[in-house]
Amino acid sequence: MTDKFDKTPAGSPAGQVSVSKGATPAPENIKAIPVRHVGRWISGVVVIGLLIALGYAFSQGNIQWHAVGDKLFDSTVVAGAGRTLLISVLAMVLGVILGVVLAVMRLSKNPVTSWVAWLYIWFFRGTPVYVQLLLWFNLALIFPVLNIPFIYKDEMTDVMTPFMCALLGLALNEAAYMAEICRAGIQSVDEGQTEASHALGMTQGKTMRRVVLPQALRVIIPPTGNEFINMLKTSSLVYAVTYNELLRSTSQIGSTSYAVMEMLFVASIWYIVMTSVFSVGQYYLERRYARGSLRSLPLTPLQRVKVNLAAFSNRPSGGVSA
Amino acid sequence: MTIPMVKAEGVHKSFGAAHILKGIDLEVAPREVFCLIGPSGSGKSTFLRCINHLEKVNAGRLSVDGQLVGYRQKGDKLYELRDSEVALQRRDIGMVFQRFNLFPHMTAIENVMEAPVQVKGESKAVARARAERLLDRVGLSDKAGNYPTQLSGGQQQRVAIARALAMEPKLMLFDEPTSALDPELVGDVLDVMRGLAEDGMTMIVVTHEMGFAREVGDALVFMDDGVVVESGHPRDVLTNPQHDRTKSFLSKVL
Repeated sequence: MTDKFDKTPAGSPAGQVSVSKGATPAPENIKAIPVRHVGRWISGVVVIGLLIALGYAFSQGNIQWHAVGDKLFDSTVVAGAGRTLLISVLAMVLGVILGVVLAVMRLSKNPVTSWVAWLYIWFFRGTPVYVQLLLWFNLALIFPVLNIPFIYKDEMTDVMTPFMCALLGLALNEAAYMAEICRAGIQSVDEGQTEASHALGMTQGKTMRRVVLPQALRVIIPPTGNEFINMLKTSSLVYAVTYNELLRSTSQIGSTSYAVMEMLFVASIWYIVMTSVFSVGQYYLERRYARGSLRSLPLTPLQRVKVNLAAFSNRPSGGVSA
Repeated sequence: MTIPMVKAEGVHKSFGAAHILKGIDLEVAPREVFCLIGPSGSGKSTFLRCINHLEKVNAGRLSVDGQLVGYRQKGDKLYELRDSEVALQRRDIGMVFQRFNLFPHMTAIENVMEAPVQVKGESKAVARARAERLLDRVGLSDKAGNYPTQLSGGQQQRVAIARALAMEPKLMLFDEPTSALDPELVGDVLDVMRGLAEDGMTMIVVTHEMGFAREVGDALVFMDDGVVVESGHPRDVLTNPQHDRTKSFLSKVL
């Protein structure tokens, strides 16, 4: 935020006009009867009515609310939530790394790497992640033994533990999406940036690391945050490969204690808490990467509250417009 | 006879079917301010970009300070230089762009420090000290901590000049440095360039500022349709053009 821009020449005609305007007495504000928004009132009442009906239905339902409270911090549930978090973070990290590699391959001048990356993305985006998980889970049916000559040899069922199935299934699928996000980000950086960097004597690699990627990140970060929040929820699908994450651990309690719905509520509460926490984190991350792209950063919610409070105490009175 | 700073012999450049440069021959002496003028599309910017190998020459020879640009000659064979070798050549050639091309994620001083630290491996302290001197020289020492978006066009272009100077080049290329600026901001940028010329920097300037060319330039070339139409001392070419195409161009811009 600079205080001085030498773009407005001093003493321009526009400047003089506003000065002379300031000298005249303040005009009287228009007093008019505002338009009545009848529709808004009606729709508001209808929606509130529906909400009350919904609340009433739940209060009358056969729900053992105490079970929700009792099991919310049950050690099995907490461990399940921990595993959900673990598998999501690991799959995301692996997905991002692989995604960057795929994006660079896709943009490479080498037609072979570019084509292979395209093929990978085509397959993993073209098939449902649930199917991919089951493919990993049942891999032993077609390859009973995993044999990497001279390096590694073991029974496939010993390698493909539920954890490995979940990790590979989620990460490899995510990599395909991240590759496209990264590619879009890298391509969004103006060519003049690369040229300027080259003209200064920076090599291709340095240009990518120091100039292109930091700017591409601004474009890459927001969708990546969304991807991670999606990942937290998608990870519930690894139920299918018997990995004991949040949904599976809550469901097991549910089926043994007959509190099926209650345990689904417990799972929902944990999911919503986790996604909310990461949404807040994402907000601040985006803010950080907006540096240099905006003249001044938008206020954080906390700063906005402070400004609003300050505005309340000395709000100018008598304004017609909102 | 000293080695010319830039020597072009029969330089050709095409983009696909478009033949942009059709045999450019010229020499730029050390410490000379060499101005390139001509209508848009005449190939002057393309030629400038060939000098630091942002564009590959299709035919002819182009050398800077006696060194072939982008190639190595062994016997009568030419070998393309590797990315790192091209980068090494570019260290000595500063370039200023029409659209500034400052790095938006870095402050003004970080922009100026970037290349010395990353390319020459200079310590941050040394690079910072020089960057402060350079920003002071272009009159922007108070804007060191500002991001490019917080600066006016003229200020951004002066930071861009400081950024190029930070590599202590022996040759500076200016690609229409004032064309994207509001008229009242042009003066500051030209002042900085005039100062550079006085210090003996070799400069090739693609410009539409005929006043600057006349006042500061040592040599001037008028290009049209990919060829050098006329060259000489700026005062002579601008006041007494010999060629019809030069005359008609100058009558439109002067």
